[in-house]
Amino acid sequence: MGISFERLSKWMEGSGPHADIIISSRIRLARNLKGMPFPHLMDTRQESRVVQLVGRAVQSAGVERAVGPLYLQRLRELTPLERQILVEKHLISPQLAEDKGEKAVVLREDEAISIMVNEEDHLRLQCLLPALMLHEGWRMATSLDDALEEELDYAFDQERGYLTACPTNVGTGLRASVMVHLPALVISKQAGQVLSALTKVGLAVRGLYGEGTEAAGNLFQISNQITLGRTEEELINNLSAVAVQLADQERGAREHLYKKSRWQLEDRVGRAYGILSNARILNSQEALRLLSDVRLGVEMKIIRGIDQRVINQLMFMIQPAYLQYLAGREMPPHERDVQRARLVRERLQGKIS
Amino acid sequence: MLCERCHQNPASVHVTQIINNQKTELHLCQECARELEPQWHWDFSLPKFLAGLLNYEPGLGVAIEESSRCGECGLTFSQFQQSGRLGCPECYQYFARRLEPLIKRLHGSSHHRGKVPRRAGGNLRLIREIERLRNELQELVAREEFERAAQVRDRIRELEAKLGRQG
Repeated sequence: MGISFERLSKWMEGSGPHADIIISSRIRLARNLKGMPFPHLMDTRQESRVVQLVGRAVQSAGVERAVGPLYLQRLRELTPLERQILVEKHLISPQLAEDKGEKAVVLREDEAISIMVNEEDHLRLQCLLPALMLHEGWRMATSLDDALEEELDYAFDQERGYLTACPTNVGTGLRASVMVHLPALVISKQAGQVLSALTKVGLAVRGLYGEGTEAAGNLFQISNQITLGRTEEELINNLSAVAVQLADQERGAREHLYKKSRWQLEDRVGRAYGILSNARILNSQEALRLLSDVRLGVEMKIIRGIDQRVINQLMFMIQPAYLQYLAGREMPPHERDVQRARLVRERLQGKIS
Repeated sequence: MLCERCHQNPASVHVTQIINNQKTELHLCQECARELEPQWHWDFSLPKFLAGLLNYEPGLGVAIEESSRCGECGLTFSQFQQSGRLGCPECYQYFARRLEPLIKRLHGSSHHRGKVPRRAGGNLRLIREIERLRNELQELVAREEFERAAQVRDRIRELEAKLGRQG
């Protein structure tokens, strides 16, 4: 089994609870090995040792029984472009893609499970699922974690919990997050207010592409900030409840918009669709912005006949590394803009499904 | 739009920074963006921000020399203050007293209540199970379900004996 860069990840499927607003759910667990310095202090030999140990552990019968077959890929064996695709798929961090040294990623074929090896911590387990599926993700992550612990000696302290390189992750080592699409809250200028309220209940908000409430594509990532002193279930329940609330708020804002300014809304959606299906040059910011409008149109049934999945996939496919990978060569930005426009046009017109 | 830095290549990276409510926008080409990137990371670096919090710990410098080192990996506390990252799992023991207020400030607690690993967790799983059973016992007694309460009590004794053997 090898990595397939063209493959679309599980999270792009676009079905599940609240899939109209919650695009994906992620569970990440930070784990470290006993008796070894954290990655930033390791030499190459120690890094190799960790990669080797993890490689052996993920091939154990217990791990396979828990989550199915996994595959370890050393990052230095990949081209920079291939590493960048893994970043665009949210499977590894930009940091890990850039780092020199012995780094690796473990993947399951559907890419719902990945493990970063030798990032800030020795292991970062990740489960990435579509829609609101935090509990499913947690069950998957914890059973993978249990199976790995049979093979690896974790650094754990009875008082402090799982020990991590940065004290912000200590305890459960859990970072749960959801990616949400909130166009109506942004259009009606309520997003700032709603999102800043979340920081008061222990959650962190960031724009997925960009900063603050000016997130390109109206995509936001919400995650727990605290990792110690609560159980994993409490942290996940809290985030889950807030995500549902947020989805309700967004739905309310959509209804209100439709009632109050139906023609403006339909016009906005129609124009976005018109540009995306006809433009010959598209930069990624514009593409993300217009895809957000089209997604809103599809979900509000203003546009019919486009599968939500196509939009999820496009969000990933229009990014620089994937475009260049498809073209089979590196391209300067202006050529990518042409390639991007072609890809979006073809997908939306259904020439390729 | 051309890159604001080299004025040669088309700008394809757009950065918005908000610092103290001052918004600045930058439009850069790929190459310039890559060159400038470390600077932004510096601005947004969480570890450094944490380290800042630590340095600002009033009344904590008491009786701890700056030169204190982790006996396992050799990291000094001031190195941690600069990078925001500890050197190894043992650092949590060596710097326990100095980390305590930081951890409390970050998490509002310094006591782990979450998952306990089967092997590395030592007897903590057992302790947690006994705690849980004690609560159950109390509830059963309150509901006057004495037969089941007796079963739970026996189970607690069993586990306590096991805990005693493990030390």
